[in-house]
Amino acid sequence: MADVISVPVTAESDVREPTSDVGEMSQGKLIWLRFRRNRLAMGGLVTLILLYLAVGFAGFLAPNNYLQQNLEYIHGRPSPITFIGPECRFRLRPYTFGVTTELDQAAFKWVYVVDESVKLPIRFFVRGDTYSLFGFRTDLHLFGVDAPHRLYLWGADSLGRDVFARTLMGGQVSMTVGLVGVALTIFLGSVLGTMSGYFGGVIDDMMQRVVEIIQSFPTIPLWAALAAALPNISETFTMLHRYLLITVILSLVNWTGLARQLRAKVMSYRQADFTSAALVAGASNARIIFIHMLPNAASHIIVVSALSVPGMILGETALSFLGLGILPPMVSWGTLLRDTQQVATVVQHPWLIIPGAGVIIAVLAFSVLGDGLRDAVDPYSI
Amino acid sequence: MLNYIIRRVGYAFVTLIFVAIIGFIIIELPPGSYLDFRLRELRTMGGDYSTDMIAALEQRYGVNDPVHVKFWKWFSNFVQGDFGWSFRYERSVSSLLGARIGFTLLVSISSLIFSWVVAILVGVYSATHRYTIPDYLITVFQFIGLAVPGFLLALVLMIFAQRTLGMEVGGLFSARYRDAPWSWPKFIDLLKHLWIPVVVIAASGTAWLSRVMRGNLLDVLNMQYVQTARSKGLKEEKVIWKHAVRNALHPLVMVFGMSFPAIISGQTVIAIVLNLPTIGPIFVNALLQQDMYLAVTFLMFQAMLLVVGNLVADIALAWLDPRIQFE
Repeated sequence: MADVISVPVTAESDVREPTSDVGEMSQGKLIWLRFRRNRLAMGGLVTLILLYLAVGFAGFLAPNNYLQQNLEYIHGRPSPITFIGPECRFRLRPYTFGVTTELDQAAFKWVYVVDESVKLPIRFFVRGDTYSLFGFRTDLHLFGVDAPHRLYLWGADSLGRDVFARTLMGGQVSMTVGLVGVALTIFLGSVLGTMSGYFGGVIDDMMQRVVEIIQSFPTIPLWAALAAALPNISETFTMLHRYLLITVILSLVNWTGLARQLRAKVMSYRQADFTSAALVAGASNARIIFIHMLPNAASHIIVVSALSVPGMILGETALSFLGLGILPPMVSWGTLLRDTQQVATVVQHPWLIIPGAGVIIAVLAFSVLGDGLRDAVDPYSI
Repeated sequence: MLNYIIRRVGYAFVTLIFVAIIGFIIIELPPGSYLDFRLRELRTMGGDYSTDMIAALEQRYGVNDPVHVKFWKWFSNFVQGDFGWSFRYERSVSSLLGARIGFTLLVSISSLIFSWVVAILVGVYSATHRYTIPDYLITVFQFIGLAVPGFLLALVLMIFAQRTLGMEVGGLFSARYRDAPWSWPKFIDLLKHLWIPVVVIAASGTAWLSRVMRGNLLDVLNMQYVQTARSKGLKEEKVIWKHAVRNALHPLVMVFGMSFPAIISGQTVIAIVLNLPTIGPIFVNALLQQDMYLAVTFLMFQAMLLVVGNLVADIALAWLDPRIQFE
């Protein structure tokens, strides 16, 4: 980092080399340069971008609509996939097999038998169930098999719905709960934390007591109690309202951490020379806070927020798993994992646990991203 | 010191009163509690008995009173040890609680001890073996431990215990000891069942604490007194355990207040998957069915455990670290 560390020195003394543009680098660029060297954090960033793209285009990527029930394929296994074509020769195009339903006379259960004689090529850009993508209604899917057959990459659930499609759709909720919640956390945490640190005195005392009281509730029981207090789904209170209020509930606890950290930061800035200078120059409190203090604390706010996303994703998952968060027919990773509450179900239909992998990957990616950001925001440290 | 303790205890009480107010309001908020349901049932039944019963219930819980009167009726009884009636289970809340609080404490405290012992050992090991393969492996496990939702880990461990170890899983006892009186074999049976919940509940806390421990110890190892200890020829283990670890522990005691809530919170969900006789599952059921006196009592008890945990952490820290001033 030697070249970067020398930046402020060259910038301040007037012996800047005309050919070098090192001195021109902004704080943001320095952070980015440092962040890019952290391969783990970059991996987290790339994973997140891919995940968001996947859940954003969920309807297009999944061969079936996530709500489409198929009572002839209840708890069906993931479709087997082979690269051996009809002439028993290797082909680059993957094939799956047709499935027939038979009644098991002994157990009185429907069993699904893979019919290896019916080979179904998996084609690109097939027409299937309709869905809406960013407001447009369409029936084009990236891949799939010819109707009336269906492709179930990750099997089917208790109503014969495609687990792959449901996992992607569930990601839309689970991966945005964190973001919306963090936006609220940033807002509440920075307003209240800055006020508390800047004005001190009675305001600070009251704020600290409020934070202490909120933190004396164990989080999941408190979230659960608040979520149980939400009204039932009705004409006036739609699923979207519930979703938004769940994010509010999650950030209601989360902001306290950010507020505490920001309070400490602002308190130290209050002693700094630049604050005294601004005060002497006649700047108002608002100007000092918004022009001088918040930009200084911005990187800190971003780091704390990134590190609080995993907690929110896990919180939503736990709430929905308990049946107190997102409610069906809306899906999230937590509601999908509700199907796995019984060990016996998981043993018989292990593919139902796949949405859990989504949670783990998303949380891991956000954690390494947050860690990388934390290391990167201080470009002058060694 | 005594002054400090008294002030902290005073703070804790004030906090608990506020917690009680907020908790009561949250639980009171949704319309249509189980009590309302029972009252409606009684009204449709009619008759003298019902009318008397309705009057008694309305009087006891202040059904028609404003919120603050209701709260006071509940709170004054709560302080005297009368937690109200669970209309769902047709039993007093205290009897439901009494049966479960012991196991809740057992599971929570065992998890706490487990996570601390493991976290300190792992943290010390990975700090003293920095940038070696075991250290990297530990880091990977730490990240995974933080990322896997507790109930998922519980499921996976249960399947493992059932299939590979051939154990009967779920609950804290085997079927034949569940209602048996306490005996030595029952105790052994409890220990056999206890490890899964303890490992699962402690997992994320352990991951996080060992990370903190590693960081602390790395800071301390750069201190001059560690160098001095080494230069005067002390054995390395003595340098680590007597000089470095002792000083690295202080920040860890400070975060004790944060690791306890995580355990209480985590076990609420995990207890449902593992079918534990703790207060978690019954609390969630009470919330779902709006059995409010049960729910609010359990919320209060969980918050109380937490406040007491914080208090213990504060006092322990003051005890351990003479540099802390009691103003």
